[in-house]
Amino acid sequence: MSDQKQLVLKREWCKGCGICVAFCPTKVLIMDTDYKCTIANIDACIKCGLCELRCPDYAIYLKEAQDEQ
Amino acid sequence: MEPSKLIQEYFRDANLPHIWCPGCSHGIVTRAITKAIDELGMDKDNTVIVSGIGCSSRAPGYMAFNTVHTTHGRAIAFATGIKMSKPELDVIVITGDGDASAIGGNHLIHAARRNIDLTVIVFNNNIYGMTGGQYSPTTPTDAFGTTAPYGNIDQPFDILKLAEGAGATYTARGTAYHTKQLISYISKAIKHKGFSIVDAISVCPTYYGRRNKSGSGVQMMVWLKDNYVDVKVYDKLPEEKRAGKFVYGEFYEQERPEYTAEYQKIIDRLRGEV
Repeated sequence: MSDQKQLVLKREWCKGCGICVAFCPTKVLIMDTDYKCTIANIDACIKCGLCELRCPDYAIYLKEAQDEQ
Repeated sequence: MEPSKLIQEYFRDANLPHIWCPGCSHGIVTRAITKAIDELGMDKDNTVIVSGIGCSSRAPGYMAFNTVHTTHGRAIAFATGIKMSKPELDVIVITGDGDASAIGGNHLIHAARRNIDLTVIVFNNNIYGMTGGQYSPTTPTDAFGTTAPYGNIDQPFDILKLAEGAGATYTARGTAYHTKQLISYISKAIKHKGFSIVDAISVCPTYYGRRNKSGSGVQMMVWLKDNYVDVKVYDKLPEEKRAGKFVYGEFYEQERPEYTAEYQKIIDRLRGEV
């Protein structure tokens, strides 16, 4: 089931605090040159949802596959 | 890009992004409250969120419930009135450390004493953030604030011990870093019948962090990770390893007659006698 989830970044809400980047266990995320979060290595994502849990600005989340319907 | 389902369901997302600074963890705690509400399957129309004044108290403005943004320190007083008028409502108070324990300190202890069925979530960042970094009743001794430029000489309150001593019947502490545990404590606090309080440790990199050279929001979150220990683990630690550690977890839970239920008994008794 979990591989049906998709990591989504709502970049315009990102304030660049770097919390998601610091606590991502598989280093999927980086801070880009604008000092905002960027998904750099999606293949490493284990879809644990820790970024969504700790993003203070609700800018990153796991989207359920059934949301598409 | 649309926001997540949780945000769409429980937030006034037209008002987002919120006003809080980069790295401020109030957003994490606010989301944790809505996550707990979502997991409990609560009715939004039956839920009231009440706040006072301060950075924390901006939260209800973003939350899609019945919300009241009241005066400084008086959130619990307003919430008491709301709960007394319609005891079937689920009333949650969002307040800050200063709002709850300084300006609203009397309301806090007397609501706890009455054991009225409110859930109080204290966004505790150890500082008055909105007004510019004055020290609050939870600022640690020797920490700096704009009003403590040579270090704070006061002893900080332990808000949970204060509430427990006053009569609260559920107390727990979570941190913005230990978010999953925080969500479970908020959930238990909401379900608890009686006065429940969750001390949600939040970080303020802008005022507390800069004054105390604690670093960025990330560094302050790492500090929470490294220095907060689950109370169950803490109790088993040898004395020398306890030094300098802080505890999160559930501290107190008890059943005691609830205020609105007791009040209803008086109404029923007097109506029966007429």
